Parts: sequence; structure tokens; C-alpha cells
Amino acid sequence: MELFTNQILAGIATGAIYACMALAVVMIYQAIDHLNFAQGEMAMFSTFVCWQLMQWGVPYWGAFLITLVFSFAGGIAIERLLFKPLAKAPILTNVAGFIALYAIINSVAGLIWDFTIKQFPTPFGSSPFLGSQLISTHQAGMIGVTLMLLLLLFFFFRFTRMGLAMRAAASLPESARLVGINTSWMIALGWGMAAAIGAIAGMLIAPVVFLEPNMMLGVLIYGFAAAVLGGLTSPLGAVVGGFLVGIFENLVGTYIPGVGNELKLPIALALIVTVLVVKPAGLFGRPIVKRV
Amino acid sequence: MSAVQEVVTEAPAVEAVPKRAMTLGYGASMVMLVLLIMAPVFVKNFIIFQLTMLLIYALAVLALNILTGGSGQFSLGQSAFYAVGAYTSAILMEHAGMNYALTLPVAGVVCFGFGFLFGQPALRLSGVYLALATFALATAMPQLLKLGYFEHWTGGVQGLVVTKPDAPFGLPMSQDMWLYYFTLAVTIAIYIFSVNLLKSRSGRAFMAIRDNEIAASAMGIDVALYKTLAFGVSAGITGVAGGLGAIAVQFVAPDGYTITLAISLFLGMVVGGVGWLPGSIVGSAFIIFVPNIAEGISKGLSGAVFGVLLFLVIFLVPHGARQVAIVAQQLIGKLKRN
Repeated sequence: MELFTNQILAGIATGAIYACMALAVVMIYQAIDHLNFAQGEMAMFSTFVCWQLMQWGVPYWGAFLITLVFSFAGGIAIERLLFKPLAKAPILTNVAGFIALYAIINSVAGLIWDFTIKQFPTPFGSSPFLGSQLISTHQAGMIGVTLMLLLLLFFFFRFTRMGLAMRAAASLPESARLVGINTSWMIALGWGMAAAIGAIAGMLIAPVVFLEPNMMLGVLIYGFAAAVLGGLTSPLGAVVGGFLVGIFENLVGTYIPGVGNELKLPIALALIVTVLVVKPAGLFGRPIVKRV
Repeated sequence: MSAVQEVVTEAPAVEAVPKRAMTLGYGASMVMLVLLIMAPVFVKNFIIFQLTMLLIYALAVLALNILTGGSGQFSLGQSAFYAVGAYTSAILMEHAGMNYALTLPVAGVVCFGFGFLFGQPALRLSGVYLALATFALATAMPQLLKLGYFEHWTGGVQGLVVTKPDAPFGLPMSQDMWLYYFTLAVTIAIYIFSVNLLKSRSGRAFMAIRDNEIAASAMGIDVALYKTLAFGVSAGITGVAGGLGAIAVQFVAPDGYTITLAISLFLGMVVGGVGWLPGSIVGSAFIIFVPNIAEGISKGLSGAVFGVLLFLVIFLVPHGARQVAIVAQQLIGKLKRN
């Protein structure tokens, strides 16, 4: 039994990483209706910017804030320069654009900061949390920040005019335009917010997985899986999905014999697909009714 | 909260392509055919090998095109079907001593079955959810092939070495050239099959489902049957491509069939034009040659150069090679009238 609770705790700790990423994924999905494959790379790039600032002597929280502003502006710039012109292109062409963006960011980061692994500091320290060896204070801090973000997003979308406008622009662009919402800028804003959330996720994840240009690949896959599992329309679902995927992954690795690290991912994904077959819109997603 | 349901007018993920626009005209087909037959006469063996790979990937892109462009289902799992085809061919050749040409239909049938079965659970999913499910398949496949349980047949991590066939009947041709013509023959046969499939009753059913699933079912189309059938056919063709690939590369190993391959095939489809079958070969050329060109321009930044080139292509022609073909056709039409 103790093994079981410990594994669940460890699962929650890794799940926090996925939850963070999934939140960023859902954020951009709300704004643009696509999954952004370059999301992880954007987060990685932001994290590198933060690291570089600290190398230049900026204190942690200063670097953190500058990175957030940089990522927000960067996300908007990417949307304005690269994806606004593609707004009328078919969806699949946009997806190809995400893949291109992925390749560009990954390769540029590799050129600037090379592929050696770098240490990234944590503001929460890394001593055991409440006497448990399985969760460090950093991981507890990460869970705290994720939940806070979730709350902030909830209030933003629920109670501000801007949040309402963004939701309207995402769900029914034409009607939103008719009531005077600048839908094109709402999309840009969505990109900016998603990039900033991604940056927070990146900076929280980096102390755990270490900083290098490919650090986000695995995290992004789990983040997608978590977002889809929780339902792409729901930020709460994304966070719950993240924790569930983390727990799944740990339990599968412990209790199913013969599952090494290699098979963890396929089995976790298979479980998620099984859940989706039963609930096609995800655990918290709203089913979409189609009109002929 | 759950009582509130979003209602949207359905916009199909893949826009409608008129049936006639999915193929090439008679004249253009003939020119293409002559070019493909003449090509290997003038070049070195290594380039012949690349041309063979071009045809093989074109087949795999074509298969994805039938699934996505034809029936509107999205797949990131084509590399799994490709791997199953490659392994089927390799195992039959190396363990059962079967003739290489005979292993291809077997690979096709095995993959058809696999795709058809996979299509069953995939029926419940669409859009990104389907993408995730197929993606799961693609990430699981290399790991499954590495499993110790199958190692006796698959060779585990090391993979299997396949012998390259000689030209039959004592034809005076190098192995590479023979394999090129063999692949070309298979490709043409499958292309003709695909064109006719899309022109047939089944093809029209695929397209009806792509354009509007609810309307299609109201017209009496068995949506579940045709969606799984599209998966099966697509997987079968990908399997044949995989088998050919195994013979051409003379080697199969789990790490050759990762998600990267599936993403490449997807890019090939977009560059070639979704739903335009002849575009498959253009897309295949893009995914084979452009990474090499990018490497040639800058070694350290090859990924960035590739990304920029890809952006250029989708900026200039968001609908892929199909758009170029349509513009060319209109130009020729204008010239003829003058």
C-alpha cells in the first residue's frame, strides 16, 4: 500500500510538469482551434532566454518577468508575421507551418546555446517537501504555480470582458466579428498568452529535466496527451489530465511487469486512447453538436 | 454546465476537391510516365536509388492522401503501417525464403487487415483526437518491434538485413536499375488502382463522408464501413511501400520507422496538395531532397533552413503542388484560345 501511495505521489510530481504544458496547449487551442506543435520549442526558447539573462547577472525574478514579457511579445510577433497570412489557408497547411516553426526554433536554439545540458535554478529550493522524499519543494512549488495559473485563467476567461471576447472569437468567429470584436487581434493575444504560459512551464520544468534544445519533446507529447485526455476546451481538464497522465505513467511502470522506460509512453498513450474511445471529447470537454 | 452544448456548422477539415481535379489529364500522365521511364538511363546508381526511394515515398504519401484527401481522416500513424509492411516483407524473405515480389501482396494484405482493425476504435474519434490516437500507434510501433518476445523474427534492436534482388531473366541491368523499374511498375499499378478507386462508388462514398458525415449517412452511406475501409486501403498501400522500402534499403530496424517518418509523409501530402493524387510525387520529392539541400546550405542550421523553405512553400502555394497545376492548366488553356 505504501508503494502505491508513494507511486501516486511521484506521479503527481511528474504530472505537474505535464499539467503546466497542457495548460499552455489548451490556451492556444482556445484561441486558434489548432494544436500548436511548436509550443514546446517556444517554451524551450523562452527558458533559454531566461537562462541567458541570469548568466548576464539578472536576478531570478527579474529574469522571470523579462522572459514573460519577451515570450508574450514573441508569441504575438510569430502570429502576426507567420500565421496571420496563413489564416485563409487550409488547416493542414497550418499544421505544416507549426512543424516548420518547430524545426526553425529547435535549430536556432541549438546554434546559439549548443546542445550541452545546462543546469537551471529553482526559486523553491530542492529539499524534501513535508518530509517526503518523493516530492521536493520545487515540485510542490510547481504544483502550486500551476494551480494558481489555472485560477487566474479561470477568472480571466470568466469574469473579464477581454476573456469573454476571446472565447467568443474562438468559438464563433463570424458572429464575434459582427458584435464588434477584433477577432484577428484576439488570436494574436491568444498566441501571446500561450507563449507566456509556455514560458512559465518551461522555466518550472527546466530544473527537473535540465535545459537543452530537445528538452521539451517528451514533455510536449505528454502535455498534448494530457490536454486531449482532459478535453481540449477545458483548462481545468488540462490540469487534471496532466496529473492523471503522470500517475498513469508511474503506476504502469511499477505494476505491469516487463515495462521498461521505453514502453511507458506507448502504454500511457494506449490508455488515453481507450479513455477517448469511451469519452470522445475528453473527460471535461464539451461535446460539439454538428449541424448539417 | 454539461447541458450547454456548442453548436457549430460543420466545416470539413479538408476542403472539397472536385473528382476530376484529383487526377492528371491523359497528356500530362503520358509525359510524366516517359520521364519516369527515361530518368535512370542517364544517372549514376546512387541517384537511381534515390529515385527508387522517391517512388516508394510517393506511394506512402499517396496512401495518406487517400485517407485524408479522400475520406477526410487525419493520420500521424502512417509510419506504423509502413513498418509493418517492411517487416512483413523482410521476415518472409529472410525466414521463409519467399521471392521478394511475392512478399509485397502479403505485406499489403497484412497491413490492410491491421489498418481495418485500427480503423474500428478510430471511428469514434475525429480531428485532433484521431491525430493523437494515430500518433500513439506511431510511437508505440518501434518499441513493439524491439520487444524481446518477437526478437527471433524481428532481430530486435539490430533489425534484419535483406538481400537485394538481381535482375531476372539475365537482363543486362544493375540491381539498382532493376529495382527502380520494378518499383515503377508497382507504383503505376497502385496509382491506377487508386485513381479508379476514387472514381468508383466507394471513392464517392469516401468523399461524401469527407465533405459532410451526417449528410453522407443520411444518403444511406455506411459511414463506419467506409471510414474503416479507407483506413484499410491506406494502410495496405503504405504496407506495400514499406515492403518495397525494405527491399530497396536492404535493411529493416525499429528506429527507421519512428514518428519522424509519419511527420515527413504528412508534410509530403501538404506540399503535394491534399486530395490531389499526382501531387504525391512532388511531395515525396520535397521530403527526400529538401532536407539534403538544407544540409548543403548550412550544416549547423539545417533544421532552420528546412523550416524556412517549408514556410516559403506554404506561403507561396498554400494548396501545394495542386495549386501550381491548376494555374498551369489555366495558362495553357488561355494560350490555346489565343
